[in-house]
Amino acid sequence: MRYLPLNDTDRGAMLAAIGAPDVEALFADVPAEARLDGPIAGLPGHASEMAVERHMARLSAESLSAGSVPFFLGAGAYRHHVPATVDHMIQRGEFLTAYTPYQPEIAQGTLQVLFEFQTQVARLFGTDVANASLYDGSTACWEAIAMAGRITRRSKAVISGGLHPHYVRTAQTMARFTGDTLVTSTPVLDAQADDDAVIAGIDAQTSCVLVQYPDVLGRIPDLARISAAAAAHGALVVAVVTEPVALGLIESPGALGADIVVGEGQSLGVGLQFGGPYLGLFGCREKFVRQMPGRLCGETVDADGKRSFVLTLSTREQHIRREKATSNICTNSGLCALAFSVHLTLLGGSGLAQMARASHLRAIETAKALGTVPGAALVNAQYVNEFAVTLPKPAAEVVDALAKRRVLGGVALSRLVPNEPALANVLLVATSELTTAEDIAALVAALTEVLA
Amino acid sequence: MTVLNPAGWRPEMGERSPASHDVPPTVTGNRALHLEEPLLFELGRADQCGIDFDVVDGAPLAGLPLRSGPVDLPGLSEPEAVRHYTRLSRQNYAIDLGPFPLGSCTMKHNPRLDEKVARMAGFADVHPLQPEATVQGALKVIDELAHWLVTLTGMAAVAMTPKAGAHGELCGLLAIRAALDARGDKRDVILVPESAHGTNPATAAFAGFRVESIPATHDGRVDLAALVGKLGPHVAGVMITNPNTCGLFERDLKTIADAVHAAGGYVYCDGANFNAIVGRVRPGDLGVDAMHINLHKTFSTPHGGGGPGAGPVVLSEALAPFAPLPFVAKGADGLLHLIEEAEAVAAAPGAFGRMCAFHGQMGMFTRALAYILSHGADGLAQASGDAVLNANYVLRRLEHLLHAPFGAAGPCMHEALFSDDTFAEGFSTLDLAKGLIDEGFHPMTVYFPLVVHGAMLIEPTETESKAGLDQFIAAMESLAARAKAGDPALKTAPHFAPRRRVDETRAARKPRLVWTPEAA
Repeated sequence: MRYLPLNDTDRGAMLAAIGAPDVEALFADVPAEARLDGPIAGLPGHASEMAVERHMARLSAESLSAGSVPFFLGAGAYRHHVPATVDHMIQRGEFLTAYTPYQPEIAQGTLQVLFEFQTQVARLFGTDVANASLYDGSTACWEAIAMAGRITRRSKAVISGGLHPHYVRTAQTMARFTGDTLVTSTPVLDAQADDDAVIAGIDAQTSCVLVQYPDVLGRIPDLARISAAAAAHGALVVAVVTEPVALGLIESPGALGADIVVGEGQSLGVGLQFGGPYLGLFGCREKFVRQMPGRLCGETVDADGKRSFVLTLSTREQHIRREKATSNICTNSGLCALAFSVHLTLLGGSGLAQMARASHLRAIETAKALGTVPGAALVNAQYVNEFAVTLPKPAAEVVDALAKRRVLGGVALSRLVPNEPALANVLLVATSELTTAEDIAALVAALTEVLA
Repeated sequence: MTVLNPAGWRPEMGERSPASHDVPPTVTGNRALHLEEPLLFELGRADQCGIDFDVVDGAPLAGLPLRSGPVDLPGLSEPEAVRHYTRLSRQNYAIDLGPFPLGSCTMKHNPRLDEKVARMAGFADVHPLQPEATVQGALKVIDELAHWLVTLTGMAAVAMTPKAGAHGELCGLLAIRAALDARGDKRDVILVPESAHGTNPATAAFAGFRVESIPATHDGRVDLAALVGKLGPHVAGVMITNPNTCGLFERDLKTIADAVHAAGGYVYCDGANFNAIVGRVRPGDLGVDAMHINLHKTFSTPHGGGGPGAGPVVLSEALAPFAPLPFVAKGADGLLHLIEEAEAVAAAPGAFGRMCAFHGQMGMFTRALAYILSHGADGLAQASGDAVLNANYVLRRLEHLLHAPFGAAGPCMHEALFSDDTFAEGFSTLDLAKGLIDEGFHPMTVYFPLVVHGAMLIEPTETESKAGLDQFIAAMESLAARAKAGDPALKTAPHFAPRRRVDETRAARKPRLVWTPEAA
């Protein structure tokens, strides 16, 4: 087998050195009745590289890839251009095949990248600090709720109807077991985000208020107003960003008063990947650092006084604190953080602004063009690169009919919020710098046909 | 001393230390191929961009809360960026460079075929919310991998969405909670052996349980009598690692499982060490109710400098109805479907809900499936056999110099455990570990498990050659002798790494977590 260096001569010599008759003897502690006496039935034997590649290529061909058709899906996962350099850098074996940098003397590469990543995320979010990443946006969102609870010693979170329903569901799963109270609502189809409802929900028991920015319908909540209302009740504001590219155009949540900003970093560097692995982003005020979840990289010096980086404040973490840790998280999303960081380094602030602007302008064109389709109506007053459209029939049917015409036309909101008749006809449409005028024309033509 | 490269340096040539005073320091701080690299924030410029965009005409919508200017992020041109990250990469040790014998972490070769297939457009460039009919290939990968995982473990079902081992632990404990809730049972204690990974008690607490610790016996295993003595109407379950963190098989697991089940609890197995037994033992045959599988350990998806991982959880008949959402199921139409919230009411009434957005770590599923298909059932058994053989070889070759607390009790599984008992006064496991860095190896896992003083846990894995192990053993023999003799140079190792020992206390006392210009 090509991945195994030992041959039978090696094995014989090693068994002799050990003093064991065969490898089976090394499994003596396994009770005999639990030991299998041959390969497990029903599973195939080993296969050559070419055979495995052929099999996987056939499976791959059974999916319709986003890049092969006009594509308008978003709702928490966005398709942007990822420069070839990004994928090249993350395939450097020294990054790809390294472990968590627990031995800093031989892991400065990973550590410096994490320090740069933390700085990039903090600047993007407008927060004082950021961590070295979490699993994804949805789990980062729950971690923010848990952290706000530790800080305020309150256990009620008020969640905007504009928060991605998967994020709400993830938090509900955890809250069922921790006993936290989550005040939730379904999105209301208004042109403006439902800021008033969120503000009305805040009281003296509220630990935090969660607001997605832009929200799941692409609307842009008034974070400054919500922050002022929360502060008046001693509650924290958690801003959730599922499309960080939007922050190239609109103001950072931290600058508008958010205390904790979490997000999904997938749209920079990581790609769609059918939903994972993605990249949880987490930033907050400096005074909350010791309550943060996840790994942190900090600056220090080595024995010669040279600037060095090291994982720090690990007394918050499970391998030291065990059941008293701030979170059970062990891994972060290291390689995705690298991809995000390389992409953002290639962009710089000016490139991110161009990318956000191009994505936004394509959204305006798309919204305008969809406005000409009989029966389609734009919901939003404002948006960056994603918006909601109401259709004269269930959006799920329309999405399927569009796919049959080889147009991936958006996400039916009913996929995320099932069994809500008022939302059944809502289609979420997203664009990026990859969207072309031809894509928009194809969407309009196919949708016109489907709705006719 | 074994010479690594007979045509290169040999001990009789002596040492020309980089720090020796007859060579002036370089102006740049570089030392030939040892290249120092400034921070991005010192290199980059605000107006620099390494990407060309197609021009799109138009003006933004009126009334947006526009930024007053670009985000304050320096950019680099493409050649500068390539050089920045390439230089940084060279300050890392990696499995591609040499042995990485981190016990419990399973650093084995990462096949490049797996990287190639993960990038195929039908997996990498599909959106998680595309219509199901357009993602059948991706769903087949999940379904095929799920079939392998349940068959290899002898379990009833698998939850594919957990994003890492600790997330998998959470999934297993939430399934246990959901199962208890379904029968109206208020049990709130999870028993955890003191040798467990830190994630075990952290996860139990995170899921709202109280944690009670179980001691180990003198031969490094869970104390059966102590465990059975703790069972009762308040115990929801136990979390047991098998093989355990001392590198030993828990011989009594089936007996423990039977006792736990008889007392109304469930058995969670931490599957971090499944690589030692895969293809040879099915945890389902030992009474396990839930076990996570770290795809980044047993099935060799790359660790990536700290993630992303993937932690699918296999479930017994008893816990299968309480799996999280979503999952993949075959429909009457012959297509694969995702059972999400809309379908769950009818199809999975006991499901405890969603653990994350979307459907799990697809990019890791493709890699793991390619790895599993390459090995096949026969190759996986060969791999676990070789992993155990390599670990026992290290154990028996080193136990005359290093104290192996459980060496006399019999063979180890996939990792060999030593203590610092033979070291001179004032010399620690950390010193030996840092000495290994100078010899060109990544250190083993140190100070874990907690049940052994100055623990050194060595996991060679099956992808190390005998020649490579002989080199590692030679280095360990030399270092063990130096630690025993009290060689002061070992206290200040590493001497040849990109950095000397770093000041962790200073980093934690006044944390500097982001770059600021005034501090530069």
